[in-house]
Amino acid sequence: MTTLPLEPAPTPAEPTSPPPVPRALRGVNRGDQIYRGVLTLLALTLPFLLIAFLGELIVNSWPAITRFGPAFVWTSVWDPVAGVFGAAPMIFGTIVSSLLALVIAVPLALGVAIYLTEFSPKWLRGPVSFLVEMLAAIPSVVYGLWGIFVLIPFLRTVVVPPLKLVFGWTPFLSGVFYGNSMLAGGIILAIMIVPYIAAVSREVLLAVPGSQREAALGMGATRWEAVWTAVMPYGRAGLIGATMLGLGRALGETMAVTMVIGNRHDIGVSLLQPAYTMAAAIANEFSEATTNLYLSALFEVGLILFVITVLVNAFARLLIWRVARGTAAGSRAL
Amino acid sequence: MNIRQVRRNVMSAIMTGLVALLSGLAVLTLVLILGDLVAKGATALDWNFFTKNPVPAGESGGGVANAIVGTAIIVGLGSLIGLPVGIGTGLYLAEYGNGRLGWIVRFLADVMNGTPSIVIGIFAWTWLVKPMGQFTALAGALALAVLMIPMLARTTEEMVRLVPHALREAALALGYSRWRTSLRIVARTALAGIVTGCLVGVARIAGETAPLLFTALGNLNFSTSILHPMQTLSLQIYVYATGPFDEWHRLAWAAALVLMGLVLTLALGARWAIRQRHASGR
Repeated sequence: MTTLPLEPAPTPAEPTSPPPVPRALRGVNRGDQIYRGVLTLLALTLPFLLIAFLGELIVNSWPAITRFGPAFVWTSVWDPVAGVFGAAPMIFGTIVSSLLALVIAVPLALGVAIYLTEFSPKWLRGPVSFLVEMLAAIPSVVYGLWGIFVLIPFLRTVVVPPLKLVFGWTPFLSGVFYGNSMLAGGIILAIMIVPYIAAVSREVLLAVPGSQREAALGMGATRWEAVWTAVMPYGRAGLIGATMLGLGRALGETMAVTMVIGNRHDIGVSLLQPAYTMAAAIANEFSEATTNLYLSALFEVGLILFVITVLVNAFARLLIWRVARGTAAGSRAL
Repeated sequence: MNIRQVRRNVMSAIMTGLVALLSGLAVLTLVLILGDLVAKGATALDWNFFTKNPVPAGESGGGVANAIVGTAIIVGLGSLIGLPVGIGTGLYLAEYGNGRLGWIVRFLADVMNGTPSIVIGIFAWTWLVKPMGQFTALAGALALAVLMIPMLARTTEEMVRLVPHALREAALALGYSRWRTSLRIVARTALAGIVTGCLVGVARIAGETAPLLFTALGNLNFSTSILHPMQTLSLQIYVYATGPFDEWHRLAWAAALVLMGLVLTLALGARWAIRQRHASGR
């Protein structure tokens, strides 16, 4: 649906402009003008905040930007004492931990979404989707606590030893596993983003018209084939959007990751080694930053993080809107 | 039935089982986490936990009274700032949001819904902490308010848009002005939905930690001044969980259980409120 830019789109339910317009509808009432003015002001808060965010971040990170230039992104020395800063390890850690989370979370979340929309008995739908969405209600710091005292011991005793036996020769699982690691961070992130991806995927799959399924089933497809060949391709853009939304969450997630990833400023290939993320660096070092340059470098990390997440989210939203038009998919997932 | 047909049916059955298994796994994770919270948290819950302030490291006893009060103050203040702005934005989107500004605000709300909360903390730091030269609970509340606006705006909009158009037309036909129609008829009809959005929003900021790290900072003592550092349950959990003492770990689990209870109560309240709406709608 395209409308001319300056014309408000007609509301569908309204009959097209009946000839005599009642006074109350003409919008000349003083109270109406005030009401609209107040609401507009409140609505302008969000654009204002976005611009203010960007402005503050750029202004405050300017010393670091001018001092280190683009090399900030690919150098890896982070020495507050010498005043040399390069964010490569945290950018690397942010991206790898988020991708690891996606690898684990996407199949899980898609499975939940497919099961709930296509296969589950009707009485089970409400409770299961509620319980999965409850995962999003758990505060990040509680995930961190659980990660430290339950997940990491579990990984150390049950998961990692057999993994090392089989894949220990690869560089990805080399080294000694002490607990705090990229692996732990990725798994915690995965659990945290499953509810978002699942909720949005479910709304996307629900938006696929029933005729798509019926056509596939009518051609003799099995139920799974109907899902795989008709429903999923139809909602592909939305499902990619849901994944991107999860990625956006994972990139910016702070507390749980900070608590289990080990916070070591280093680029390592092994998932068993400690790592660092941009959000964790800000959380750990911001209130301890002693020099202006140090603070400025952290601001630049924040700027990079902010811009990346905004871009990822914007892209995700556009994809989701294409399928489930205009719905705030997933925003109601806690 | 030929072999090919059998294979396709078997494949379908296997995949159906697999997605059911994955759903079970997701639910199991929740059950495990909640189970651990109760198992490890309940033992440390006693009267002192709610009424005493923290004691120096190494000593046993003590509680988190300051953090409970701090959470209430910061979340309350944050809601006081965030709720009106969020609801107002949502009303704007529903009532006047079909133009270009509406599109922009709606899109920004969806995009900023995913802004890392730590970045919002930085923002509150530059605006309040730096100029005042002091970590304050007020700055923490502001960060939380900003955090809840986008989500609240979108929920409110959806809920208001669900109100039947005939209601609005009836009110206007009776000579109600638009603003009164909007507030007294439309918003009131959507009230249950809006309340749901508010509860979900409050639940979400109640558990936030990252934006408070360098705004509210945390405080070992009991403080109710919003112009000074203040402790919250989430900050307390972070400090205790990452600290070296067993006693701290015990308290961290207990605090997490209390925080989770608070969040779940709000979330279940939200679910109940939306049920009421559907029940009355039928």
